[in-house]
Amino acid sequence: MAKAEYKSKYKRVGQRYDRKDAREKVTGQAVYTYDLELPGMLYARCLLSPYARAKIVSIDTSKAKALPGVRAILTGEDSDILVGLYMQDKRVLSRGVTRYQGDVVAAVAAEDEETAERAISLIDVVYEPLEPVHDVDEALEGKILVHEDINELKHYVGVFFPQKDSNIASWNKSKKGDLEKAFAESDLVVENDFSLPAVAHVPMETHVSIVQADPFSNKIKIWSSAQSPFAIRQIMADSFGVSESDVEVHIPYVGGGFGGKAGIHLEPLATLLSKAAGGLPVKVRATREQEFNQLPTRAGMRGRIKTAANKDGKITAMQAVYDWDSGAYADYGVNVGKTAVYSGIGPYSIENACIDSKTIYTNKVFSTAYRGFGHLETHWSIERQIDILSQKLGIDPYEFRMMNLLEPGDKTMSGEVITESSGNPKECLTAVVKEIGWTGRKTEEERQREWKTGKVRGKGFAMLQKAPAMPANTATSVVMQMNGDGHVKMMIGAVDMGQGAITALSQIAAQELDMPIEDIEISAQIDTRSNPYDWNTVASKLTFLGGNAVVKASHELLHKMKVIAGQVLRTDPENLLHANGEIYHPHNPNRRLSYKDIALGYMYPDGSGIGGPLIASGSVVADGLTNLHPETGQGNPAAVWTFGAHAVEIEVDVETGSVTVLKVASAFDVGQVINEKLIYGQICGGVLQGLGSALLEGYKFNKDEKLMNPSFTDNKIPTMKDMPVEIVPIYIENPQHNGPLGARGVGEHPMISVPSAIGNAVYDALGINFHVLPLSPEAIVLGIQSGKKSILCTDVDCLPGRL
Amino acid sequence: MDNNKDCSMYTEHVDSGKRKVTLSLTVNGHQVVRDVDPSMSLLHFLRDNIKLFGTKEACGEGECGACTIIMNGKAVTSCIVLAVEAEGAQITTVEGLAKDGKLSILQEEFISEDALQCGYCTPGFLMSARALLDSNPNPSDEEIVEVLSGNLCRCTGYIPILNAVKRTIEREQKELGR
Ligand code: FES
Ligand code: FES
Repeated sequence: MAKAEYKSKYKRVGQRYDRKDAREKVTGQAVYTYDLELPGMLYARCLLSPYARAKIVSIDTSKAKALPGVRAILTGEDSDILVGLYMQDKRVLSRGVTRYQGDVVAAVAAEDEETAERAISLIDVVYEPLEPVHDVDEALEGKILVHEDINELKHYVGVFFPQKDSNIASWNKSKKGDLEKAFAESDLVVENDFSLPAVAHVPMETHVSIVQADPFSNKIKIWSSAQSPFAIRQIMADSFGVSESDVEVHIPYVGGGFGGKAGIHLEPLATLLSKAAGGLPVKVRATREQEFNQLPTRAGMRGRIKTAANKDGKITAMQAVYDWDSGAYADYGVNVGKTAVYSGIGPYSIENACIDSKTIYTNKVFSTAYRGFGHLETHWSIERQIDILSQKLGIDPYEFRMMNLLEPGDKTMSGEVITESSGNPKECLTAVVKEIGWTGRKTEEERQREWKTGKVRGKGFAMLQKAPAMPANTATSVVMQMNGDGHVKMMIGAVDMGQGAITALSQIAAQELDMPIEDIEISAQIDTRSNPYDWNTVASKLTFLGGNAVVKASHELLHKMKVIAGQVLRTDPENLLHANGEIYHPHNPNRRLSYKDIALGYMYPDGSGIGGPLIASGSVVADGLTNLHPETGQGNPAAVWTFGAHAVEIEVDVETGSVTVLKVASAFDVGQVINEKLIYGQICGGVLQGLGSALLEGYKFNKDEKLMNPSFTDNKIPTMKDMPVEIVPIYIENPQHNGPLGARGVGEHPMISVPSAIGNAVYDALGINFHVLPLSPEAIVLGIQSGKKSILCTDVDCLPGRL
Repeated sequence: MDNNKDCSMYTEHVDSGKRKVTLSLTVNGHQVVRDVDPSMSLLHFLRDNIKLFGTKEACGEGECGACTIIMNGKAVTSCIVLAVEAEGAQITTVEGLAKDGKLSILQEEFISEDALQCGYCTPGFLMSARALLDSNPNPSDEEIVEVLSGNLCRCTGYIPILNAVKRTIEREQKELGR
């Protein structure tokens, strides 16, 4: 497990502090929503639609109602509430029709889970099954509409573009240059399809929410395993017609999110049940099966990429069409689709380009944000395409990328100009390629020779980029108060679900205030009544935006301290400096005051006081962002890009088709490492999730669009046995001029492009281009047996090997 | 699990229509006697009945290891063990790892190697690792991976967990003379 030694130039930022929440988590003291019990609490169970699309003919709840212990039963007839993050398209309870096999048809709240479960089994529903919309092609034909009321759905206007009388929840576009001319004049044009299935987030704590809806007022109290308390507050207020301040959201420890808990999920249902049960708190928790088949996934995607290049290796044009199978609801899916139009050509400088990205409704499990959303998917397409292009041109894939990667002065897809402070993709690629000892692709003879041993090795690499995908006016804030002991109580509105935010932000505060990190008091638990506003805990934005807010608040706190200290020490505050928890006069070291002396105001020997309790705040809004032009996609979507690259060495067992990942080298231009231990954790965790998407994971639906693998037995995620033998993290530090101490976010990035790098390495090993994920042993074996050089589909019945 | 286990050795009595049996066992060194529903899982007994919420549930089907505890020296996934099967057993849960107000070496190394992120899988990993090291103080990497591959973690990528267990082995040898 070799790791490069990292040395930080700062005293506290960059150091390897233990995470602040670790002690509670290794002793069993950490309380998650799953663990919470409230007085009088009821337990809920849901009846899910057994069909992907069906008409609800009748529901008879009389037997269930008669069961002792049942306190509330709801069906779609009882509530008409619509929810949705960007499109209000989801009924809390299905009314008239169901749109996927996880739609809630009825829900029960009872005194215990067993009673709720029994009550559910006593509800009689008569359905009339309807033909579902199976895939994006059928959806685009538009013969059956998943949402017949699509024209009336309330949505975020100007950012998302639902198409009239269609299944397209949003069609986002971007274009620049003259595509047709470039295609006509270039030496080589290559066109390919790539695809990947829906994949589950698999947080170890399933979704769970407790709600107490006060029957005597508009107040709604929510405890939830959720990433975005303030988004929940706002959506609940919108959907239930109450004021934001009526909704209070508490977030205990969260057992993993990865985007799957970024929106609003079980909270509205628990609210309705609580209201129906006279205001008792109701806990709704998803079983593992429901986590797979009711809660949202990462969308399946197909990318059609057409690229033109000249013999000398310059890419002249790229056209990308991304079709996202978002399932029954838009949720975050439309935003995923939107990111593709400004990031969907990868970190390359391409003058002529055009992207169409459609988020499409089908009757499958709906989709939402998943770590680095949109990027693992688009990069699977782009980075495989770039590799294939380099094969056709006969240029080394490293050289080919180096010729086309963004550099200062170049423009991104949406027209933003890259500067010296944007980070350096070339440095990332060069570092990882060097780390795995790349000397060029294998020759066919070398492959044949190795083949005889039964195991073939291959090397591959891929680029990645991502900027936080967020509204142009995304904001966050921090409040700092000093306790009497000189410790700083810091409050944020974003959730630490394990990414290490509270530790990283404490380090930034400790650095700026020059005091021990142990003296920064911060809690992972959020309460919207007391914690300051944060938009959403998503998009790797927290280090950047939250970090800047911490810097601002720290500076304000220091200023206030110096004003008081100036009075006490009888000097202009501007003459004072701070270090090690003290304010002092540089020319007379005796003139000093500790933070503690002024924390609650300074007291003179005669008992009189000045100042008062120290309190400061920092508010930050994303700077200079704009909505994208609806037709050209030009604008400023990216507050900060983080570039990176992975290189891998793999071994393919040509008999069993299994791929073993021997080494992963991952480089990111993070600007400034905040905590080397935490960043290494993000890299290991992200790489393994990426490896899951690359080699194992994916939803399988039957022909009726019923999920076939809603359990750990059939929907495997990587275990310790799948761990790469070695992961080498490489931190590149070209500071971001407007980042906190130069830092950029990197929470999601390690997952992006892991599949592409592995796919490229599989080509190096076998000389076969796979276009579809996952690269399961079965897919590899069938690919080998087919004798083809391009594997476009790995569904068992359409694989060439089986035809 | 064996639902028809002979319960004649337990006292049976009727409580609001449900047959209950009296169960007595030792949890983290404390004697516990409770009346339980014979179909209750050990996991729910620990959480709902004696209110030890450190042991987590993530699948309820014996597939993820989140609910791992140590019963009579062996790691078991408590979600698929009936509470009544623990009659007379010695149970250790995550709450029982720290002794005399001090974290165990294993817990310290989980912290210092950053072997946890969201922490939801952590109690299960700690208990699986503890049971392994109790039965074999010096396992090879392969043996560690074999045992811990029964626990799922979606956050850490496992490498820090493996490192933490290896560091624990070294330190336990040095400091406890194992
Ligand atoms: S909860 Fe027991 S194994 Fe998953
Ligand atoms: S730390 Fe989150 S699942 Fe392991």
